[in-house]
Amino acid sequence: IACLCEKGNKQNDLFSDIQNLQMSSKILVGKCSNLTLIVMVGLPARGKTYISRKLTRYLNWIGIPTKVFNVGEYRREAVKHYSAYDFFKSDNEDAVKIRQQCALAALRDVKNYLTEEEGQVAVFDATNTTRERRDMILEFGAENGFEIFFIESVCDDPNVIACNILEVKVSCPDYQDCNKTDAMDDFKKRIECYRMNYQPLDPDQYDKNLSFIKVIDVGRRFLVNRIQDHIQSRIVYYLMNIHVQPRSIYLCRHGESQQNMQGRLGGDSGLSTRGRKFAGALAEFVEEQNLKDLKVWTSQMRRSIQTAEALNVPYEQWKALNEIDAGLCEEMTYEDVRERFPEEFALRDQDKYYYRYPSGESYQDLVQRVEPVIMEMERQENVLVICHQAVMRCLLAYFLDKSADEMPYLKCPLHTVLKLTPVAYGCKVESISLNVDAVNTHRDRPEEVKRGPSILIRRNSVTPLTSPEPNKKPRMEGLDDPIIREVTPAQLTLCSASHTTLGCLICPALSSCFS
Amino acid sequence: MNVTEDSTEQCGNSLTRELTQNPLKKIWVPSSTNGLPERHISQRKVCMTNCPTLIVTVGLPARGKTYISKKLTRYLNWIDVPTKEFNVGQYRRECVKIYKSFEFFQPDNEEGLKIRKQCALAALNDVRQFLTDEGGQVAVFDATNTTRERRETIIRFAEQNGFKVFFVESVCEDPDVIAENIVQVKLGSPDYIHCNTEEAVADFMKRIKCYENSYQPLDEELDRDLSFIKIIDVGRRYLVNRVQDHIQSRIVYYLMNIHITPRSIYLCRHGESDLNIKGRIGGDSGLSARGKEFAKALRQFIQSQNIRDLKVWTSQMKRTIQTAEALGVPYEQWKALNEIDAGVCEELMYEEIQQRYPQEFALRDQDKYRYRYPKGESYEDLVQRLEPVIMELERQENVLVICHQAVMRCLLAYFLDKTAEELPYLKCTLHTVLKLTPMAYGCKVESVCLNVDAVNTHRDRPSNVNVLRTTEDALQTVPPHL
Repeated sequence: IACLCEKGNKQNDLFSDIQNLQMSSKILVGKCSNLTLIVMVGLPARGKTYISRKLTRYLNWIGIPTKVFNVGEYRREAVKHYSAYDFFKSDNEDAVKIRQQCALAALRDVKNYLTEEEGQVAVFDATNTTRERRDMILEFGAENGFEIFFIESVCDDPNVIACNILEVKVSCPDYQDCNKTDAMDDFKKRIECYRMNYQPLDPDQYDKNLSFIKVIDVGRRFLVNRIQDHIQSRIVYYLMNIHVQPRSIYLCRHGESQQNMQGRLGGDSGLSTRGRKFAGALAEFVEEQNLKDLKVWTSQMRRSIQTAEALNVPYEQWKALNEIDAGLCEEMTYEDVRERFPEEFALRDQDKYYYRYPSGESYQDLVQRVEPVIMEMERQENVLVICHQAVMRCLLAYFLDKSADEMPYLKCPLHTVLKLTPVAYGCKVESISLNVDAVNTHRDRPEEVKRGPSILIRRNSVTPLTSPEPNKKPRMEGLDDPIIREVTPAQLTLCSASHTTLGCLICPALSSCFS
Repeated sequence: MNVTEDSTEQCGNSLTRELTQNPLKKIWVPSSTNGLPERHISQRKVCMTNCPTLIVTVGLPARGKTYISKKLTRYLNWIDVPTKEFNVGQYRRECVKIYKSFEFFQPDNEEGLKIRKQCALAALNDVRQFLTDEGGQVAVFDATNTTRERRETIIRFAEQNGFKVFFVESVCEDPDVIAENIVQVKLGSPDYIHCNTEEAVADFMKRIKCYENSYQPLDEELDRDLSFIKIIDVGRRYLVNRVQDHIQSRIVYYLMNIHITPRSIYLCRHGESDLNIKGRIGGDSGLSARGKEFAKALRQFIQSQNIRDLKVWTSQMKRTIQTAEALGVPYEQWKALNEIDAGVCEELMYEEIQQRYPQEFALRDQDKYRYRYPKGESYEDLVQRLEPVIMELERQENVLVICHQAVMRCLLAYFLDKTAEELPYLKCTLHTVLKLTPMAYGCKVESVCLNVDAVNTHRDRPSNVNVLRTTEDALQTVPPHL
């Protein structure tokens, strides 16, 4: 099943050359893509770790391998037991040495991640409040060819700071033996230790040639200096859209549809009787939640709109929320697919995230399609999204930081609402079943499938080898070109992320194409 | 008619409305059979607030305010946000037919001050009309607006009318940039029609001086409650304050991605494909023999252009990739550049579409921009799909985009500021490269035909678009094919 390349009879075929390219594409992609080191800057309790982790989650979700390196964690490894804020005094020579070593250890791991482990972005999460420290990092970046981008969080609102301390500091391992008041007290003194030597980024003089964003007062104001490339531009856009207002996000699928009941994929059918019952139950549920200003979003497919209609509130239709396009397999049952396109069926099980239906989409395509929805959800407050199985999996993977591997197998049953509430560094999930029966449309990852050595990417071309003529899109002659055996998943990640865009970089053939 | 009704709709909840599918856009809407207006639903548009936005430029002369205004207006209109710019300078030129000299702008010239104030008010009046009566969503008030007093007036005006205000200030002290601006756009202005270059430049510099003394830039402290972006040194640095909503966030993102470095954008379609020759739309066929020739010719053309650091982009369809392969340079594939999805009409000839789906065919001719193929896309969908491509094109410098007919029309419409009505009928012929070079406030277009024959795939709007028209009328404008 893994080998679907037709060799031999098409020597002049352009696509056979591409096979040669794939060997070299990894190197070239690596060279072209900017490895980026994001450096957080700011006093304690300014949201640096919050931003680091949220940003990392977003970048990973859009396909850019990113990792956070939190120096505090290195310090906790080195100094098993935290005693008091004195550790952070600038004249505590032993401690200063330890902290310096921790920073260097973290940077070593950063280097390893970016150069050996195919990471593309590393987030160096520490206070980095002195010029000395930042100069050291800049040197490190220059030596290794990493682009450096600083994110500084500046905030002097005592309420915000107190709130931060309560949410994430008081319960941290450092304070596990303290009560809240003592912890709060000690932490405030800790902040003072840093404040004396704090040298904020100076856009006018000292730091005017650096690339950075200064986030002021939790996003009220931003100062952006010298954005160098696409990834930095995306990061800035993202940071400018997130907020920390308490709110909840509700995700659910449309009510059970007629095609669901028949076990068919896709299509645009209406709700079944039980589906309509769910819509009514959803309306009651929403009312009970008693939310201020709930926004309701649906796709442009009938079943999702019908569900929203029952709520009797204004709703917005997004084409971007439409279910994954199963292309030639639309409206078939899984059994049909297995029968008519057996190799496609097997391929999908091998790598459900990257697999693209013939003339359809992949989960990877879905992520790209759905990204503006995520961006707008970040801007909004209370939102209810009535969508579809694959789409909901994508959205959920974003909020719960699930990998590309896990995403296509997340459980999103019909007639169940997931309520997501951002809390501390993550998201609380409550699963609420509305007690209306429905079919189960979830297909687990088959156990007996072993991952093949290579994954097949499909462009928009369709070449199922043993298929009978499909009914929707009659095949024309000359389209039976070999499917390209392409890159490994790791290479794919680089490829799909693309150094600057969401495209996929291909480099020219070594020989000329039209001989 | 292609209206699908949900006849099985029986719900305990009597308030549930039946859904019908709008035959043109294929959007499910509640049917207003009982006369109730469809207030409950809306298609996802960029501007979801009912609150129009007034963008106010701020800055000394020759700081790029009009450049930004026009470009931003073009972008917003392209993404379907009705936008219009109001340039106070033009109002002034209407009022004071002949421009004499910079003295008009001197701060102690009472006559001048009076006229200028009147012009500003006249422009604001037109703004009000556009946003309140004409369905406008965003108005760009393009003037220096360098004093706090003037800005206060505008803020009060906006409050009275329920408009949100967003300031865009351009601050620049680089003499080279300013000199270049003057050369590019001021010398050719009607004000200086009777002057030679030196006189014009000298006068304009004195004009700038008139504003400098009373210039009160937006201040982080004093103006901390206003929503604004301060653009410093042509995008080297930005200060962004209090972004209120989605549209302001998009505007900021756009402004942060544009640049003025000279460059060229090359747009072309893939070489002629096998399906093209057969008169079939869509699909994913390979290049014909002539298509392959074009690819070679394209390679030569690119080499002859001697372009620095050219980026090449293609779609993920075979015909564009084959074309790019011939160039022998690295290229990037974008799924977003794929041709419009013709849904059930994929790979059909126009004659076949007329035969199998005559109403669809007619509907398409009625409103080609908004018409969505059954199970496919519309031009309107395409624009949404292409927006990230446009954003990245703005960031880049020299780029060659090898794409498809409908896609190229969308991109071209963005660069050349074409309306939704014109867009689907823009001529994008096979084997022709369009070279776009930003210039002054717009774009210079050079059309380079690479002299390799190809079929014509352009279908004009026929005169009869009625659903009940004859086959002959429907096929009146179909281009010849095999």
